[in-house]
Amino acid sequence: MDFPFDLLINAIVAGLLLGGFYAAVTAGISISFGMLDIVNIAHPAFIILGSYIAYFFNINYGVDPILTCVLLSPIFYLFGTGIYQVYYLSFEKRGQQSLRGLAFFFGVLFVTEVMLLLVFGVDYRYVETSYIGPSIHYGILDLPLRMLIPCAGSLLLFAGLQLFISHTFTGRAVLAVSQDQLALRLMAADPIRIKRIAFGISIAVAAIAGAFLIIIQPVEPSVGREYIGRVFAICVLGGMGSMPGTLIAAMLLGVVESITATFYGPSWAPAVSFGFLLLTLAFRPSGLLGR
Amino acid sequence: MPLFTGIAIVVALAVFMLLRVPNIEYLFVAGYTIVQYIVLSTAWNILGGYCGYVNFGSAAFFALGAYSTVALATFGTQLDDLVPESAAPFFHLIFPLPIPALIVIGGIVSGIVGFGTGYLTLRLRGAFFAIATLALSVVLATLVVNWDFVGGSGGAYVVRPGEFPGLGSYMQYLFLLMLGLAVFSVVVARWIERSRLGFGFAAIRDDELAAEASGVPTLRLKLIATTLSGALMGMAGAPFPYYIGYLAPASAFGLEYAVNSIAMPLIGGTTSWIGPVIGTILLGTLQQVTTVTISSAVNVLLVGVLLIAFVIIAPNGIVGLVQDRLHARRRK
Amino acid sequence: MTALLNVQNIGKRFGGFVALDDISLEVNAGERLGLIGPNGSGKSTLVNCICGTLQNERGSVHFDGHAMNGLAAHERTHRGLSRSFQLPRPFPSLTLADNLCIPMLYTVHKRSGPLHADDIGARCAELLRLVGLENKAKHLPRDLTQVEMRKLELARAMAAEPKLLIADEAMAGLSHSEIEDILALLVRLNESGITVIMIEHIMTAVMSFSQRLAVLVSGKKIADGKPEDVVRNPDVVRAYLGE
Repeated sequence: MDFPFDLLINAIVAGLLLGGFYAAVTAGISISFGMLDIVNIAHPAFIILGSYIAYFFNINYGVDPILTCVLLSPIFYLFGTGIYQVYYLSFEKRGQQSLRGLAFFFGVLFVTEVMLLLVFGVDYRYVETSYIGPSIHYGILDLPLRMLIPCAGSLLLFAGLQLFISHTFTGRAVLAVSQDQLALRLMAADPIRIKRIAFGISIAVAAIAGAFLIIIQPVEPSVGREYIGRVFAICVLGGMGSMPGTLIAAMLLGVVESITATFYGPSWAPAVSFGFLLLTLAFRPSGLLGR
Repeated sequence: MPLFTGIAIVVALAVFMLLRVPNIEYLFVAGYTIVQYIVLSTAWNILGGYCGYVNFGSAAFFALGAYSTVALATFGTQLDDLVPESAAPFFHLIFPLPIPALIVIGGIVSGIVGFGTGYLTLRLRGAFFAIATLALSVVLATLVVNWDFVGGSGGAYVVRPGEFPGLGSYMQYLFLLMLGLAVFSVVVARWIERSRLGFGFAAIRDDELAAEASGVPTLRLKLIATTLSGALMGMAGAPFPYYIGYLAPASAFGLEYAVNSIAMPLIGGTTSWIGPVIGTILLGTLQQVTTVTISSAVNVLLVGVLLIAFVIIAPNGIVGLVQDRLHARRRK
Repeated sequence: MTALLNVQNIGKRFGGFVALDDISLEVNAGERLGLIGPNGSGKSTLVNCICGTLQNERGSVHFDGHAMNGLAAHERTHRGLSRSFQLPRPFPSLTLADNLCIPMLYTVHKRSGPLHADDIGARCAELLRLVGLENKAKHLPRDLTQVEMRKLELARAMAAEPKLLIADEAMAGLSHSEIEDILALLVRLNESGITVIMIEHIMTAVMSFSQRLAVLVSGKKIADGKPEDVVRNPDVVRAYLGE
């Protein structure tokens, strides 16, 4: 029997490209959940929001989706800081973040999805750019640009975040705040302000990831929910806040999903990431490169 | 406790009799949904409100009950193909299974899955458990969609008999069953509240580490809560295919189950059995009104917005607001 | 005579940081042991490992003849090990009386059989009276002062009717007379047969209370003996006063 090697290779490559994108999607959660310990399950809602905003400007004004979200990222950043402020005052301060904080974000996820449904309807929306469509062919490899460009952009975004965390004071403060708030205070940095900045960044990153998303695939409001499992699976598998771990875990998930979809059909794909998540939580909650 | 149980049964029967007066079918249809949510939100609250562990996967446990029923109903119609000839007469005697039996089976199935999920994840932090329950929903939904025996993505039909001898329409019978289940879950919740178990749950919710140090076997108690909660949700789901006639995965695993079973206890108040009941009646009635007058999408939006508002402004729900009022008045 | 508590070669790391390095300690039944050491020396980590809140990677803990390794914290409490937390951890939604009920319902109940509700009420009232909180039985922890919370913390540890009680900095921030009260309480507990390990920074209290003194510095035990001898030990002096 002829084992379909070229199908496998292409599935793996597609998985790697997808994985790069997943890394950008998860980067925000690595910050908010991995480092700040905020279980923002509404994260995918902000991604989808970014997708729809990119769609809006693309359909009506012909603007490139990535450009839209990058230019609008300061607004998303401010939005994120605002949400954190509400979260902090209502829950963290009162020490009730476990139950009510979760319920809060769940409500936000839900409300965002339904509002998008009311405004845009259930139809799939997609953007039009010059690079959706053509592919680069390299031997038996088939690299669609609509996956290549978001993957490249994602890796860039990811690298930028990694540099921010390791080379700027604020970035290192973010890492510190997850480990020792008292020490941070003694260094004359306000932990609340640092958390606010970090959360704002995680939302801004989510929005940009949304632009990548709508380039890769058409979106409709409930797509966000598929990503909850992916995002947390990658974050936990990658070791909760370890950036390199997140990248590796994202690639791994992307490849496994891609191979499953190619050989067993796409209807099994959601089960892959959520199954990964359950298995990781059950057997190796500290992740691959856990701390 | 016996007094409370007695009163609860009397109230439930009174409600049933009252609804039979106008004899409008719609009242039973709408009422069924509300009473079903009393069961779901009380079940959620046992794990969420009493123990402090959030379950986002209410839909999964509910759907497990529903799909157990579908599987058994389908099995019942295909008996002659699936069962050896010698055993056939026996099976024909017990199938189709009566709904109370289905309820028990649904409860057992969901209880086992609840136990399993808990066993895998309850040793970790509460946040991980919550995320795991989300994952469970999706995994189960995917499994169901790919299993043709229960209809796959196309869904399954379950034929509802037209009449129930002695009561009239079959819907009234379903409503009565669900009322019974609601009484059962409320009685269980109240019993827990006042028992040694309830104290243990409260200690876990307040400070799990200190609870362990005080001698509370936290893992065991959490598993009890998860199993009980899951079982009750499964019981609520078992009659659902008969209620709705056509069961599609989208409706069984719908997000509204997760949102409602969280919103209703949080809005009503999580510390007492009466919170979920109040929250369900208020929110459930509101939703019925909105769905009919505006649209079902707006109705769902309303639930989300109310959830966020209450969680921020009145974290102890309506019961909490009332308690604060009484407390303030007492101080004066 | 075998010791009531036998800690042997305990080791615990957090990532690359060694919190406990080969610690061995024996406590005999009825003894009053003082445990001192600079901040960050590992005292609380040691308590956590003994009580099961943390699991030690190396070494073993034996209590009352039973091996404790691998046992969960609640099981150790059932066997008679009890501790108060350095930073009080009351159950915020329960009244003071109910706070004390928890160990009674889950430890005493387990050990000696079901307690009657009246019995529990009486025991809770008695304990609250011992720490001077009987007027606030129906209050919530948030109504308490810091000092009162520490007393509640101690009372709750006592409610488990332990054989060995570890009091982790129970006197921090108390006034002189309050320290005297707690000290008298702990001495009385000891006289009734309960072994007590006192972790403290208040040297006068530790010196007057302890029959034996152990010193922990940077995860290692550097001294263990009679209090008068230990405080003259040059290593101990150096650890506290520097070179």
